[in-house]
Amino acid sequence: MQHVIVGAGPAGVVAAETLRKGDRNADIVLIGDEPEPPYSRMAIPYVLEGMIEQSGTYLRKTEGHYEGLGIQYRQGRAESVAAADGTLTLSGGETVSYDRLLIATGATPLSPPVPGLDLPGVHNCWTLEDCRGIAKLLNEDANVVLIGAGFIGCIILEALAKRCGNLTVVEMEDRMVSRMMDATAGGMLQRWCGAKNIRVLTSTRVAGIEAASGAGGDKAVVLDNGETIDAHLVVLAVGVAPNIGFLEGSGIKTDHGVLVDQHLESSAKGVFAAGDVAQGLDFSTGEYSVHAIQPTATEHGRIAALNMLGQNAHYKGSLNMNVLATVGLVSSSFGSWEGVAGGDSGVAVDEDGYKYLRLEFEGDHLVGALGIGLTDHVGVIRGLIQNETALGDWKERLQENPHRVMEAYVAHSQT
Amino acid sequence: MQKSLHIDPDKCTGCLQCELACSHVNEGVFNPAKSRIKVFNFHDQGRMVPYTCTQCDEAWCMQACPVDAITLDAETGAKVVSDALCVGCKVCTIACPFGTVNYNASTGKVIKCDLCGGDPECAKACPTAAITYVDANWTGLDRMRQWAAKTDAGAQAEA
Amino acid sequence: MAWARNVLRVNLTEGTCKNEPLNMDWAQKYLGQRGLATKYLVEETDPRVDPLSPDNKMIMTTGPLTGTCASTAGRYSVVTKGALTGAIACSNSGGFFGNEMKNAGYDMIIFEGRAPNPVYLLVENDNVQLIDASEFWGKSVWDTEEGIKAKHQDPLIRVASIGVAGEAGVKFACVVNDMHRAAGRSGVGTVMGSKNLKAVAIRGTLGVSVEDVGSFMQATAEGKQTLADNAVTGQGLPAYGTQVLMNVINEVGALPTRNHRDVQFEGAKNISAEAMAEPRADGKPNLVTNAACFGCTIACGRVSTVERSHYTVAERPEYQIASGGLEYEAAWALGAATGVDDLDALTFANFICNEQGIDPISFGATVGAAMELYEEGVIGDAETGGIECKFGSAKALTDLAELTGKGEGFGAEIGLGSKRLCEKYGKPELSMSVKGQEFPAYDSRGIQGMGLAYATANRGACHLRAYTVSSEILGVPEKTDPHVTEGKAGLVKAFQDATSAVDSSGLCVFTTFAWSLDDIAPQINAACEGDWTAEKLLEVGERVWNLERQYNCAAGFTGKDDNLPARLLKDAAKTGPAEGLTNGLDQMLPEYYEVRGWTDEGVPSNETVERLAL
Repeated sequence: MQHVIVGAGPAGVVAAETLRKGDRNADIVLIGDEPEPPYSRMAIPYVLEGMIEQSGTYLRKTEGHYEGLGIQYRQGRAESVAAADGTLTLSGGETVSYDRLLIATGATPLSPPVPGLDLPGVHNCWTLEDCRGIAKLLNEDANVVLIGAGFIGCIILEALAKRCGNLTVVEMEDRMVSRMMDATAGGMLQRWCGAKNIRVLTSTRVAGIEAASGAGGDKAVVLDNGETIDAHLVVLAVGVAPNIGFLEGSGIKTDHGVLVDQHLESSAKGVFAAGDVAQGLDFSTGEYSVHAIQPTATEHGRIAALNMLGQNAHYKGSLNMNVLATVGLVSSSFGSWEGVAGGDSGVAVDEDGYKYLRLEFEGDHLVGALGIGLTDHVGVIRGLIQNETALGDWKERLQENPHRVMEAYVAHSQT
Repeated sequence: MQKSLHIDPDKCTGCLQCELACSHVNEGVFNPAKSRIKVFNFHDQGRMVPYTCTQCDEAWCMQACPVDAITLDAETGAKVVSDALCVGCKVCTIACPFGTVNYNASTGKVIKCDLCGGDPECAKACPTAAITYVDANWTGLDRMRQWAAKTDAGAQAEA
Repeated sequence: MAWARNVLRVNLTEGTCKNEPLNMDWAQKYLGQRGLATKYLVEETDPRVDPLSPDNKMIMTTGPLTGTCASTAGRYSVVTKGALTGAIACSNSGGFFGNEMKNAGYDMIIFEGRAPNPVYLLVENDNVQLIDASEFWGKSVWDTEEGIKAKHQDPLIRVASIGVAGEAGVKFACVVNDMHRAAGRSGVGTVMGSKNLKAVAIRGTLGVSVEDVGSFMQATAEGKQTLADNAVTGQGLPAYGTQVLMNVINEVGALPTRNHRDVQFEGAKNISAEAMAEPRADGKPNLVTNAACFGCTIACGRVSTVERSHYTVAERPEYQIASGGLEYEAAWALGAATGVDDLDALTFANFICNEQGIDPISFGATVGAAMELYEEGVIGDAETGGIECKFGSAKALTDLAELTGKGEGFGAEIGLGSKRLCEKYGKPELSMSVKGQEFPAYDSRGIQGMGLAYATANRGACHLRAYTVSSEILGVPEKTDPHVTEGKAGLVKAFQDATSAVDSSGLCVFTTFAWSLDDIAPQINAACEGDWTAEKLLEVGERVWNLERQYNCAAGFTGKDDNLPARLLKDAAKTGPAEGLTNGLDQMLPEYYEVRGWTDEGVPSNETVERLAL
């Protein structure tokens, strides 16, 4: 059996390993399009911060890991798929045939529609190559503008803030991390950044980036309010989009990403998708969504691989969840944190203490949560949501004091 | 035969000697706040429940780790955090549905039970045998397993 | 090491919080907790101060072992001038608050002055703030504790607070931590209330370390083994709690009953440990489980429920829960002292004592005195507000618990304590107290040594200053005859000195059923810098005792206050093994002064002061 995996991020690597575990004899080819060993984009900020070397981002640390498992890791970029023939064409024209194909090509950063992105010192922060470029310009005298304060922006924010002289963050939405935070949490985060001398401008768009010759940097970021900010370095983090362009004409159904069923199989038999590129079942909504998060990537990878092995593994859907530290302030969100129709919530806010916990219930089940300053036992929120635990009289207690969530969990699982 | 921590809440008096022993061996000080095992006190019911990682087979923490910093100790079955490799991204803390991986802000790393390399201090410190380290088949981890099975996003192959 | 070497000084008048280094010279002389905080109080306040004035200070203090893994090492004390007694007060509590305070990096917190408006102190390691407490003022201990945890979004915050009683000036209000652990006696909660301090809330995550960790782990492990192997600490206390004593003390004829009219209570078995374990009408026993304080490998604490159909809780689901109690002293005071043998009523009254922060010993004993006043016709329904305040009335007991907890109605008079109450009605002889503090659960006619222990206890009548019951009844460390006075002066001094040392360490005095200072010294020696032998600890204990005595002398107490009520000296025990006996205090006291090295007036002699380097 010939298994081909395009994309060497967490989904691809976990899939390759799962395939090997399930079939000692299969041929497994793992194709990545960057000149590095498979690595984790999530760890890039820690390289920027100086906490780890580039090798610290590698998904597997053991020397000869892939060879040892008989996984053929090679470089290449997918150009097209001929699902009917069971072949994949790489750039340069080489074709690779497969019995089972896993599309784990991840995503690509989006660019804001403004002039000046091609100026030197304007970088995405997505690949190790980007990271090296940014690191060259990052020093304690550097003025840095970060465009985008979404999830990725906020992770990078911490590293930039630690290493640069002066950081300004520009976000077009009315709050930070709008896709994982409500106004209370976003506002708290913004105040926190302000207290750390990081200027965060929300509801603000960048009109363009221009070359400049001031002392503040060789570039000027022009905002839609007319303000101009000098910068040595501009980092873009306005979002990402699944890499599905190469599937055009393949007949494989796509929407935002590759549409997959509960076996993570696409519309084409034998072709699966996993991770940031897959549009799979959402545990919370029952709809099909792209969840570009690490836990979903590894779950997708594992379950897709089990199905590629013919084991008929059924996926209950991925729970959208995130955890983030923004200059030390930890925030997390789970599932339907914005609440559901007819549901109830339990909320605790301590503006001065930068603490916040919002629990959302449907009936007596927990369906979502949003927290700031939470570091202990956070995972039980996931457990309670995905187990659809009937909370009974604990729901009322949690509405009174949401921070008793770990007690609620222990009460239901251990007593 | 691999061993597991067996917890019998009925025997727990809530003295926290387990937390003291755990923080002592792992952090070098007596500090319940940094213990990998925690005792929950349900005051209104007069019930104390020690709770820590069961080293579950699914090991969401290990699978979710983006930098391979959590690995399996083949001898004990423990999932062990490497401080050298952990970058403190906290993904494991939200991935573990049991809530047994915690972020330690003072070190910037996560902490979880590693069974003390096969000789858990909490079990030795427990004065009432509420925590014991016994043959894995005896631990009656069924409740945990059920919980795990329900949380599992779907990898149970259908027969 | 062991000590955090750090004092938090909170000036409530000014609203300031400052750190200062712990005086380590004093620490070597007074160890910590009771001894060291008393030294601070003596140095910083005028002993003649009105306990409720802003010039009195209140010190919350840990010992060097507090927060370590030594068994029972979670204690803290509240040291101040007592509101009930006007004497030095040191009330010791377990639970988890002491450990949290040490983990936050403080040996002690000194409260000075009086806040202009109600406040509470929030301590998160070095982040310390006084916060407006108007939302909690008027709330019970239970609601305050839950409210603070919810407000600051941290269920792991530990809280010590006062209930409405402490706000209302009930003279025996206590400071309650962890819902049902209390610095119970002498009115330390009243002092806290007078300072407009509602609560102290602490979250400590810094950790506690010791000097020689290897020796410490070994010494504490040996200590724990000794506790486990001992019949009292290894079996009796975990299984039955302190309530194991109820039937024992009754049988020896030393269970003060109906305001000390009798020495045996016919209802004792109904309120004993055995009764708590007996299934009730609902098929469940009163006792739910035993529970430990921080680090304690004994776990004597009781957690109980009131039977749901009982009149006290039937219509009140908020009390249909498990909570702390009954412990022996409370069971005695709420039961035998009042002649009530309804276990559920006692358990409920004890809940209220915890919930509103009143000392069940002084409360129950004062109710006993009020019942005698009522039965003698000195007071009537007009005074009691219609409560039929007769011996044996469970309803009177529980109604008065609720009224006293809030300082309302006749409860406000009960809240004066028995001395002021009986004086008010012209019957001072009916107050069963010393220095204004009510006796605990041992009748000194049947246990002679306790008469001397009560008469000379620095905080007023108290069993925890010299628990000679241990020797006279239980035979620990050696059996002495409870009916004789010979040798009791030396026995009381030895117990007083050793207990003072234990109370200064962070350990629980209950360990001394199994541990002598020879068992404790190696643990302290390994934890602390300096050379800590059993001899040095005994010397520290004696020094602390004499320092407290000096404070009381300066506060206006004299040898005349080392006395017992006439009832114990003149009215012989009517039944039981001690029938016909009165307490022979006059035979013991002069000898006691002599072994103490005090003058005939009970003042430490110059020689003694010099010998102890006071």
